[in-house]
Amino acid sequence: MSKLIVKAENLTKTYKLLAEDIKAVNNIDLEISSGEFVSIMGPSGSGKTTLLDMIGCLDSITSGRLEILGNDVSGKKESKLVKIRRGNIGFIFQDFSLVPSLTALENIQLTLHFAAVKQETQKSIDLLKRVGLGHRINHLPRQLSGGEKQRVAIARALATEPKFLLADEPTGHLDTENSQEILNIFKQLNQEKGLTIIVATHDAELGSQAGRIIYLKDGKIVSK
Amino acid sequence: MNIISIAYKNLKRKKIRSGLTIGGVAVAVAVLVSLLGFDKGYRQSLTSSIDKMGYQLLVTAKGCPYEAATMMLKGGGGLRYMEQDVYEKISSDSRIDKITPQLIATVYDPNKENGQGGFALYMGIADSYLTLKPWTKFKSGGWFSSETADEAIFGYEAAEFEQRLVGDKIFIPNINKVLTVVGIFERTGSQDDGTIFLPLKTTQTIFSLPDKLSGIGIKLKNLSDIAEFEESLYNEPSIQIISMSQVRGTILNLVSSAKVLANSIAVIAIFIAVIGVVNTILMSVFERTREIGVMKAIGASRMDIFKLIWTETILVCTFGGILGSILALLGSSVVEKIIKGVLPYAPSGQLVLIKPSLLLEALIGAIILGVVSGIYPAWRASSMIPVEAIRTGE
Repeated sequence: MSKLIVKAENLTKTYKLLAEDIKAVNNIDLEISSGEFVSIMGPSGSGKTTLLDMIGCLDSITSGRLEILGNDVSGKKESKLVKIRRGNIGFIFQDFSLVPSLTALENIQLTLHFAAVKQETQKSIDLLKRVGLGHRINHLPRQLSGGEKQRVAIARALATEPKFLLADEPTGHLDTENSQEILNIFKQLNQEKGLTIIVATHDAELGSQAGRIIYLKDGKIVSK
Repeated sequence: MNIISIAYKNLKRKKIRSGLTIGGVAVAVAVLVSLLGFDKGYRQSLTSSIDKMGYQLLVTAKGCPYEAATMMLKGGGGLRYMEQDVYEKISSDSRIDKITPQLIATVYDPNKENGQGGFALYMGIADSYLTLKPWTKFKSGGWFSSETADEAIFGYEAAEFEQRLVGDKIFIPNINKVLTVVGIFERTGSQDDGTIFLPLKTTQTIFSLPDKLSGIGIKLKNLSDIAEFEESLYNEPSIQIISMSQVRGTILNLVSSAKVLANSIAVIAIFIAVIGVVNTILMSVFERTREIGVMKAIGASRMDIFKLIWTETILVCTFGGILGSILALLGSSVVEKIIKGVLPYAPSGQLVLIKPSLLLEALIGAIILGVVSGIYPAWRASSMIPVEAIRTGE
């Protein structure tokens, strides 16, 4: 049996607003196993990003229980959460979120620096080559196209050899051709390396390529 | 990859803003270095200037002792005079090693100060003058031919300024006297450099001050006798005695009052620089809220973020410290000119003394400034909750 990467029971996230409490994620039960490629789909405001943030140990949970890689993260402080995130979870954002003053190579080195990984330069070059950017290592983000930036972001997310990847709308800022390229990289990573990938997306094409689709509506899972 | 290079690249993102902040720190450091350099230089110059007077005690006619001493140092006129008998009386004291009488006289010279008019100053001295200042050498010429000769010896700078050579004739206006230049002293680094010397008796005669003296310089055989010697002269009704260490203390006290004001300005400049640095780094932190959130998401700990922002602040202050030290070094001659123009008594020699140790202290001070002013912005950045930081910046 595959190892469980994510195990959520009655997972709830409530935001307190002046007039009322909003349940962004409402009583979700969910299990994701190692090696899965899961897409979380749903309309805007359905709770995709909130769910992804909780799985990524970026956001606290209001109630329920959440286990990531066997660690109960419910009620854990940021200092504990960073230890789970670091080296275990790779993040990919819609807007790439590269540090603009650092080159493609340095953006990857930075992640390795935070993770205190040695020989960061060679490893970073290898990663860039793996996403087809061996010729762009010394380019700044502003000198790269959207697709190239997202590939650097993928290389950065893979730098610490994480147990799973979390991607929030990874093709949201890309054209069809670049979106397909990113999708191919994800499929390759999942099929050839067995890497667990969890993607929150509006993109039907990307969503349909995943092994499992989870539909969210109003913070609840409507189909798995 | 190291944190300093990341911090440096972050500062380069907003070149003008970083540059202005560095400039603010540089100005504060330059002001501080100049003030400390002045304090050191002034003390040293004053001490050296007083030591080069050659005597430890100065007897003057009754009046404000410090004013009199300052005017003598400065070479000003308007002094009170005492009878020469006092000199004869004091000089027999066995505790005295060397003693010399002086008479300072001034005369209005309409050609002075580029034709605007001013007081020309002459100092009557006796043979004993040089025994108190054995380091004084002649650049050219020699001593007066007699006690009553119509001759003059120029200090080094006085000769340079008036372009005088041995053998030249000088005319003393108002009293219509012509004197011959018989000697020019080497540079001594004291007030003597700007003085014109005449024989004592000649001075008394041509300025109509018969048997008058303006001061008597005394060097005792034993320094520990100063207090006792001063006490023995208290009974003399027409004179007072000033020790040169007292004069130095009084002048330094006067300068210290000005220094308090100047130091206050330096403290304000540093305070403003600190606020500028904190403001700049905080702005930068707020602008990079999302970026900091993402860094935390990809594995940066609180300490990683704290160190990054702290390093940026320390770098700003270090660059400011280096630039400020360079500014202080380059501007020291200008500062010196300004100070010489406003000080009541400016001794000769370098007034703003900036030594490498002072520059090192300034640099360390600037780094400490960075360490202190970086704490709050670094703490703010490191305390950001990743998910909130990422959403805030969207």
